[in-house]
Amino acid sequence: MTLAIGITVFVLAAFIGFEVITKVPPQLHTPLMSGSNAISGITLVGALLVAGRGDLLSGILGFLAVTFATINVVGGFLVTDRMLEMFGTRRRLSRRDGR
Amino acid sequence: MSEAATTLLYLVAASLFILGLKRLSSPVTARSGNLMGAVGMLIAIVVTLFRSGIVDYTVIVAGFLVGGTAGTILARRVEMTGIPQLVAAFNGFGGAASGMVAAAEFLADGSSATEIAVTVPLSCALGIATITGSFVAFGKLQGMIPGRPLLFRGQIIFDSALAAAVGGSGIRMASSGNRSALWLLIALAALLGVTRTLPIGGADMPVIVAFLNSMSGLAAASAGFVIGSEALIISGALVGASGLVLTAIMSRAMNRSLANVLFAAFGGDGESPPEGTGGGPVRRATMDDAAVTLAYARSVIVVPGYGLAVSQAQYGARDLTDRLADRGVEVRYAIHPVAGRMPGHMNVLLAEADVPYEQLLDLDQINDDFPRTDVALVVGANDVVNPAARDDPSSPIFGMPILDVDRAGAVIVVKRSLSPGFAGIDNPLFYRDTTLMLFSDARAALEGLARAVPTV
Repeated sequence: MTLAIGITVFVLAAFIGFEVITKVPPQLHTPLMSGSNAISGITLVGALLVAGRGDLLSGILGFLAVTFATINVVGGFLVTDRMLEMFGTRRRLSRRDGR
Repeated sequence: MSEAATTLLYLVAASLFILGLKRLSSPVTARSGNLMGAVGMLIAIVVTLFRSGIVDYTVIVAGFLVGGTAGTILARRVEMTGIPQLVAAFNGFGGAASGMVAAAEFLADGSSATEIAVTVPLSCALGIATITGSFVAFGKLQGMIPGRPLLFRGQIIFDSALAAAVGGSGIRMASSGNRSALWLLIALAALLGVTRTLPIGGADMPVIVAFLNSMSGLAAASAGFVIGSEALIISGALVGASGLVLTAIMSRAMNRSLANVLFAAFGGDGESPPEGTGGGPVRRATMDDAAVTLAYARSVIVVPGYGLAVSQAQYGARDLTDRLADRGVEVRYAIHPVAGRMPGHMNVLLAEADVPYEQLLDLDQINDDFPRTDVALVVGANDVVNPAARDDPSSPIFGMPILDVDRAGAVIVVKRSLSPGFAGIDNPLFYRDTTLMLFSDARAALEGLARAVPTV
């Protein structure tokens, strides 16, 4: 991949990002942030390639990178799901009154 | 798997991210959108595991186990009031991972191709500054570091010099492939992340969390240039754009520029502001006065602020509004964009307490309704309802969009004391004839009102 193609892809994706994100209503901004945050854990792809190389230095950096990126991905998607579960369902009829 | 198949499957993953984000435009489809994003991520991970460059899986499995366990525990245990800290921490981890990927790539081959030479220092600096900045933000949100702006004399000059040194070591890395320049760059960027976040006041946290979100995306995108992965570039650009949009929205909601938020060291910590000077007599209400006013209203708009979140009063709010609805009162909530500690935070807290989201309206949707409303109940909010921001050009917060609660028939303000908000600005709302002040902790007040309303 050349630098020019990379920049092209980056700019086009950024435009898509702006278009999509501006349509998200304010009430969903927190799940949007934690969800997009989980997506930035895509760096896990790079971390895996580093960690799988087999030499010591790559192994150390790769372990840290895979661990951190996995926290980001797993935690990000899970916590977003937890929040959206509260938005989507009507638990009003269930208990949880009071508290 | 062939190169082409790998690339196309990454494209599928990226498309799922975009479609998933699109589905976040409605609370009804949002959860499935998040699931689509997770499926896209799973595809990207599985495809990567089959790539030829990977010869050793032990480190990978270890990382998956440690990271997966930690991520699951954190996501399950966190209280909804703690979401901003958690997102800040996750941003930091993502940024650090991107920085490490770039550093490992540099140390392994020191290639001098242009896109690598330029983007390695960039993603290292962005990634490392993101993690240290995020952890300072985490500390401030968690109350481990004082929320007030912390800065020293000449800090702007110091930070500028630091930034220049980061740039210098980046250029040295790019031009000569010098390894010690990498370690220097990492150390300097780490320090810069700390010194740039410490001066930011607790009340500005919504902006800075959004900004760090954007940085973690940009770090991922530049790591994508380093390893030649379109998947990282696309996803990083999406997140970078998303973070910037939210940063802009939050800055606008405070009527400040991003530069002003980052450099002006504005305000206190939002929780222990200086005592007010006072601007005349106020009308003090008892719990019963307030309950009567609410119970006999036809329409009530609740305006929650961060004080409500701090005292975990969202359940009390929901109880009270349910009781009012039982009496036939029309109840709605007006949510200012900076009502919580991160964009949209107040909506999450109220959703947690099962307040129906149809009752939650944002500033643009509800502001015209205040003149037709009998009672506005302000709980733990101050600057976002200060009429001076609208009417008094000499006010420091003049121009900040506010909720026009003063135009409602009556206003009940639940507040601990008369102290001004984070901006340290007195609020003329408190001294108006139509305003009743109920001095109390938010939770005690709302629970008390919920008990009192049915007995009226």
